[in-house]
Amino acid sequence: MTTIADQLTIERRGHAGSAARRRTNFVIFLGPAILLTVFFFVVPVIIDITVSFTDLSRSLRISEFTTEQYEKVFRTDRRLSQVIGLTFIYVFGTLAIFNVTFGLILAITTTAIRNVSGSFFRGVWLLPRMSPSVLYILLWLWAVSPTEAGLVNQVFMQAFGLDAPLDLLTSAPIALIIISNGFIGASMGMIIFTAAIRGIPEHLFHAAAVDGAGTFATIRFITLPALRWPISFVTIYQTLSLLVSFEYILLLTKGGPFYDTTVYALYVYRRAFESGQYGYGAALALFLIVIGVIVALLGWRFFDMERLLQRPRIEVH
Amino acid sequence: MAKIEFRNVVKRFGAVEVIPDMNLVIEDGEFVALLGPSGCGKSTSLFMLAGIYLPSGGELLFDGHVVNEVEARDRNVGIVFQSYALYPHMSVRDNILFPLRFKKTPRDEALTKVKAVADLVRVAELLDRRPGELSGGQQQRVALARALVKEPQLLLLDEPLSNLDASLRLSMRTEIKSLHEQLGVTTVLVTHDQIEATTMADRIICMRAGRIEQVGTPDDLYLRPSSLFVASFIGSPPINLIAGEAEGGTVTVNGVRFPVDGASGSLTMGLRPELLRFGDTGFAGRIAQIEPMGREILYVVETGMGAVRVLEQGSSAGHSPGEEVKVSFLPENSLVFETERQKLIAGAHVRAPG
Ligand SMILES: Nc1ncnc2c1ncn2[C@@H]1O[C@H](COP(=O)(O)OP(=O)(O)O)[C@@H](O)[C@H]1O
Ligand SMILES: [Mg+2]
Repeated sequence: MTTIADQLTIERRGHAGSAARRRTNFVIFLGPAILLTVFFFVVPVIIDITVSFTDLSRSLRISEFTTEQYEKVFRTDRRLSQVIGLTFIYVFGTLAIFNVTFGLILAITTTAIRNVSGSFFRGVWLLPRMSPSVLYILLWLWAVSPTEAGLVNQVFMQAFGLDAPLDLLTSAPIALIIISNGFIGASMGMIIFTAAIRGIPEHLFHAAAVDGAGTFATIRFITLPALRWPISFVTIYQTLSLLVSFEYILLLTKGGPFYDTTVYALYVYRRAFESGQYGYGAALALFLIVIGVIVALLGWRFFDMERLLQRPRIEVH
Repeated sequence: MAKIEFRNVVKRFGAVEVIPDMNLVIEDGEFVALLGPSGCGKSTSLFMLAGIYLPSGGELLFDGHVVNEVEARDRNVGIVFQSYALYPHMSVRDNILFPLRFKKTPRDEALTKVKAVADLVRVAELLDRRPGELSGGQQQRVALARALVKEPQLLLLDEPLSNLDASLRLSMRTEIKSLHEQLGVTTVLVTHDQIEATTMADRIICMRAGRIEQVGTPDDLYLRPSSLFVASFIGSPPINLIAGEAEGGTVTVNGVRFPVDGASGSLTMGLRPELLRFGDTGFAGRIAQIEPMGREILYVVETGMGAVRVLEQGSSAGHSPGEEVKVSFLPENSLVFETERQKLIAGAHVRAPG
């Protein structure tokens, strides 16, 4: 017979064992993620902060520690406000027009039509994402070439009787960077939204049809509510990736004409690696990191991600 | 309210013919049950009535009008899905209100109707909740309310009770039945549960592999099943089926001889467990197993012809395992089928031996 004291001992020993196991599990499961975060986030941020307080430049010599870079950010760099304004237009425009709205339209239309042709159209929209970025931009450069050979000019001059070729890279560079990024960005939303739409129980659509809902009412009352979480996710994720990536812009316009298409991330790059102001680039980059973290946290709160992540994303009843 | 008619209705999914040729009339205000095993095409038939599936051939008529091409939303039918299919992001009130939204019912009137139907199915206190916060039985009632709120001419129920626990199933059975009596709406219930069908419906349409096997009242199907399939599908515990050869007015099965009237050749005798009794005469066997079922006791009797189920009234067993018994029955309680065609031979009976 075991006494209560015995049982307590057993219980305590059990707990001790499980505490040890919990520690082991913690290391096994979270260890890799923590290592990655430390090496690819924490360490770079520390280096960035350190460099931002130096006068590191092309000579690659640090002669003094200084807050001069931050003074530049807040006081002397006149160009910065233009860059920030452009970044806002670029991120918001690409998101609102392509990554979310167009992605949604693609997902809804391609799931509504027959399966085979739906897959075909989705495949077509995935192509730009799968092609090498240099190749993709080369095609764009040909399409918008200011000569008569450019695709756009061929179309406009032959079909619409335009007299002189357009130079879109000079006259509408912002629209170009939004469209060229959007064509790629839309496919991610499309894939995620398609999966989510497929996950909606078919009986809900049947019920809506019997209840009298037409196509648009079904989209509004059945499809869109089920896409709340995917839309939040795509918005946050794409905001962050649009903020920090600039390779397509660099390839297409090099940030020009002049600074007209230089978004913040590209500005950091141009300052640090084209002008060789490493210290200043580091200071600018720090703001990007801070903004990135803030956007992620805001998104977490604003879209109620925490709650949605814990519950099943699509409720089946 | 509507009278429903299937005329040579065919339904194919690609190359698969699920309903080969369906002919059926459902009278105005009737309560019928589509009964059959899983996968026999019950839901498919129901979805054609709702306008969710289009028939691949034949005609579907509501009150004499062909509705093949009429869209679901213009048919004015209410349907309760097996999964209930409540809109997860809407409150119960909005769920019930949903069909009225598209009928352009003025908001005040719509809310009054919602209230009335919610009272009818007793979910009035749940109107502000989400479907996710309801129990299975409550969800089922809400689905029923949503189907009823538009005052449909046809009410379709797809296995509405299959997700409920046993006691709730029992009370909902009565409730749906009385709801039908109250509203008088033509109702089609789909179920694979023969007890549900026999207790609720005026008429049962028994289906097998996309074909209608028999149409009739619960009594018809129980007393005069047209085929072995119906006989074995209706009744609980299932009917005893014993196959043998008839020659010179006697069916012989493993040496046991049953006198037979009105049939010859390869026959299958159908003996309902509840119509068998122990006695001094009849065929011999030994009690192999006893299953108390509350007010009844099911005996499994091992005989030369295989295991035979006998159901006796009473709550205490009058026999014990291993006991030698004799089992008899009244001739009019026996059914005789042609083994080959699996059809009932009307008027044929067997008598217990001895
Ligand atoms: N949308 C569909 N596409 C292809 N086959 C289907 C579809 N719906 C049902 N079926 C097939 O039709 C048959 C009958 O299905 P169903 O009507 O759902 O049966 P029940 O409701 O009687 O269980 C099944 O074999 C099923 O696989
Ligand atoms: Mg079914």
